[in-house]
Amino acid sequence: MDAATTLIEQDIEKYLIVHQNKSLLRFITCGSVDDGKSTLIGRLLYESKALLEDQLSALEGDSRRFGTQGDALDFALLVDGLSAEREQGITIDVAYRFFATERRKFIVADTPGHEQYTRNMVTGASTADLAVILVDARKGVLTQTRRHSILVSLLGIRHVVLAINKLDIVGYSRKTFDAINAEYRQFAAKLNLDHILSIPLSALRGDNISTISANTPWYTGPSLLEHLETVSIENAGASVPLRMPVQWVNRPNSEFRGFSGRILGGRVRPGDSIRVLPSGKQSNIARVVTFDGDLSEAQAGQSITLTLDDEIDISRGDVICAADDPAGLADQFETTLVWMSEHEMLPGRAYLVKLGANTLGASFGQPKYLIDVNSLDHLAAKTLALNEVGVCNLTLDRAVAFDAYADNRDMGSFIVIDRLSNQTVGAGMLHFALRRSQNIHWQAVEVDKQARSRHNGHKPCVLWLTGLSGSGKSTIANIVERKLHALGAHTYLLDGDNVRHGLSKDLGFTDADRVENIRRIGEVAKLMVDAGLIVITAFISPFRSERQLARSMVADDEFVEIFVDTPLSVVEQRDVKGLYKKARKGELKNFTGIDSPYEAPTNSELHIDTLQLGPEDAARAIVDCLVQSGVLNGSSAASF
Amino acid sequence: MSVLTHLQRLEAESIDILREAVAEAQRPVMLYSIGKDSSVMLHLARKAFFPSRPPFPLLHIDTTWKFRAMYDFRARMAAESGMQLLVHINPEAQRLGINPFTHGSARHTDMWKTEGLKQALEQNDFDLAFGGARRDEEKSRAKERVFSFRSAQHCWDPKNQRPELWRLYNARKNPGESIRVFPLSNWTELDIWQYIHLETIPVVPLYFAADRPVVERDGQLIMVDDDRFPLRDGEKPTRRSVRFRTLGCYPLTGAVVSTATTVPTIIQEMLLARTTERQGRLIDHDSNASMENKKAEGYF
Ligand SMILES: Nc1nc2c(ncn2[C@@H]2O[C@H](COP(=O)(O)OP(=O)(O)O)[C@@H](O)[C@H]2O)c(=O)[nH]1
Repeated sequence: MDAATTLIEQDIEKYLIVHQNKSLLRFITCGSVDDGKSTLIGRLLYESKALLEDQLSALEGDSRRFGTQGDALDFALLVDGLSAEREQGITIDVAYRFFATERRKFIVADTPGHEQYTRNMVTGASTADLAVILVDARKGVLTQTRRHSILVSLLGIRHVVLAINKLDIVGYSRKTFDAINAEYRQFAAKLNLDHILSIPLSALRGDNISTISANTPWYTGPSLLEHLETVSIENAGASVPLRMPVQWVNRPNSEFRGFSGRILGGRVRPGDSIRVLPSGKQSNIARVVTFDGDLSEAQAGQSITLTLDDEIDISRGDVICAADDPAGLADQFETTLVWMSEHEMLPGRAYLVKLGANTLGASFGQPKYLIDVNSLDHLAAKTLALNEVGVCNLTLDRAVAFDAYADNRDMGSFIVIDRLSNQTVGAGMLHFALRRSQNIHWQAVEVDKQARSRHNGHKPCVLWLTGLSGSGKSTIANIVERKLHALGAHTYLLDGDNVRHGLSKDLGFTDADRVENIRRIGEVAKLMVDAGLIVITAFISPFRSERQLARSMVADDEFVEIFVDTPLSVVEQRDVKGLYKKARKGELKNFTGIDSPYEAPTNSELHIDTLQLGPEDAARAIVDCLVQSGVLNGSSAASF
Repeated sequence: MSVLTHLQRLEAESIDILREAVAEAQRPVMLYSIGKDSSVMLHLARKAFFPSRPPFPLLHIDTTWKFRAMYDFRARMAAESGMQLLVHINPEAQRLGINPFTHGSARHTDMWKTEGLKQALEQNDFDLAFGGARRDEEKSRAKERVFSFRSAQHCWDPKNQRPELWRLYNARKNPGESIRVFPLSNWTELDIWQYIHLETIPVVPLYFAADRPVVERDGQLIMVDDDRFPLRDGEKPTRRSVRFRTLGCYPLTGAVVSTATTVPTIIQEMLLARTTERQGRLIDHDSNASMENKKAEGYF
């Protein structure tokens, strides 16, 4: 019986006191398929006694049924999760496992080694303090080994364990171990890995996992578990200046105004002077508030609530910084970007970026270069495809507080979100801010209709509503504009009010003037389409030929003619403005439908029968039509 | 100041998740199942928003088959936290009189919990629900995200989940979709008990050993908690000193023989006995991948 078990049996209270003071280490395991990663993790769980009896008996059963080890336990079976994956015999995502020893709790990010899963490795590495990189002793340092190491170093992990596995197969040969170790160190010299420890292992047989093995008498270092338990993970965050992004403004009543967040760097005490970014306002810390009472000091990693001496305006996304060493403030950066979506990154396209507690409009420039993750070579590229890593400039729609990733991982990292699908499509690390002047050169994207439309996240077009006076054009047009606006579309509504008083002030209602009026509106609409807008027009526009003229001014797929069809008898009966009555009496000349013709459209894109559809439904039909024709992306319009 | 302990780091992370989710959601709610994980989650929520009250209601998806002690505890915690407690009972399951004895555990769980949860979320327009699930509970859970997306049909598609990097959670969603957020993702069963001990968090007394009337059925000790329990021929409840490692519907929850009446002694038994808590949950025994199927159907 080991010492821990004895203590548990004899003095559980004492055991608990020891165990509530454990530290936490997060690490990632990387290896190619069949290097023995699953076996290693299973073995770690087993040797640290993280496995309980029922899991062990399930493992025995599974080992007999699916195992590759005859009657022996197949530890790899412990760490397979999803059934579909289990059938395919591969792990395809990041999985998190937990175990604890006497000194530490561990969270293991288990990521697969396939070529196409850079994305998963980066995800797992982003929260890790240390990486265990597996090598099959028979194969030595492979391309994948280099790739894993390069990614680990890009993500800023400083501690690496090179686990040289399957040493049992090569007769526990010191020569093999030394050769692999030497080759790896030579390669790793160009990476930013401060601490590398190579350990000879057999995950299968258990050599050097928790205790030093008699099979490798020539190895004088620690066992893997011993190293994981003792490696110093100095709270790096605490030695940098104070950073606390405000996640939530805490206002239980008018007396209390606190700012809740997690400290991402440094420490904070009452009385400290702080500066809030982006406003730059200064104040002093009044209290460090927690549920368990006020603190005299808090440090990086803690979630707290701060109150200040002054009533300054602070909202979610602002960052409370040390006054004498505040974060940078910028809207343009050079970054390393990892692309995680099947749809490639398009320079100039409008994305969202989440950075701290801010979500911002963002776009990327053309990659300066792509990083070959197998060799660190720089390659030329126009875009970034799935699992590619490149250096790109990033432009945000407003300035935010930041630190370089190298100085503070949490203040210098961001994710990229697709505006329409809302998926996380990329992840990046900030290098430094660009000065405005530096920026002039990289904006290589030509600013044309396509570029503007990409920025807007939709295509431009003209929604041309035509119909009798009183048919409901303006009502529908207004609702359409509201809906489009709510979807984030850029719109402009041209109607009698804003045209007749200015642009066409000099025109009357003769046929000639009507034609000229429509021509002018067509020209204005064309300019606005060029500017990338969705233009909505609501004019009677009674003549087919003028509507044809307006149509011809823009591209074929940019003109949507919408016939708002209400029979004359109905509009005349409604006669909201009393115009029909006046026209019938002859007080209004050239009134459409009475003494001037209305040429109903014969091939409009949309025919709205207002006797069947109310204005809301009509507007919805129009928005639907824009989704179908691809002007708007479907997912964002789903609720309308 | 020294390095944070593992419990301090877990606590800070959970609070961070709770705040971030609330800041990004329109109508958040906390699924409150009365068990120890819910107790810890509720405790963390009170910490996260202090001195404000957590800005969301608690929602209990009731099956009418919980232990009586759980209903008492539920009322107590609602009063103590000052939070609004919503209780949803699937009217269809009630009408059909769904129960684990005649309908089996799978149907029972599906109707009361899976369907009940969907109904409650839809009726209240909740777009984000906190749940107390942990990744260490079951192999398939190891890959679950902290922010887990559900389609408008409440389905979970393992292929359509978002990568989670650093501490940046993407909580954006399309209309109709909802998010489950699991603030306890990185806690283990031992962490939970240690934290309960350290923070003296109240839990349902059923977790502690006491003399209770039980019958042995299919290898499990089932407590006869009320007179709805149909005794089989020859079955006679006997009083034994038992406790529960996990709490659910009483006919579906196996007890363990125990004398542990304090949190430390529970931890002691747990560390020495070395079986997982889920062993007492009958729904898991259905099949190897059962948990995963439950999730795909929207159980969580
Ligand atoms: N001889 C030997 N075989 C090993 C060792 N580690 C793993 N294996 C075997 O290598 C194969 C692949 O291991 P697995 O853990 O599934 O690899 P993964 O794909 O990296 O997770 C299995 O047949 C293991 O039993 C080792 O140290 N020695």
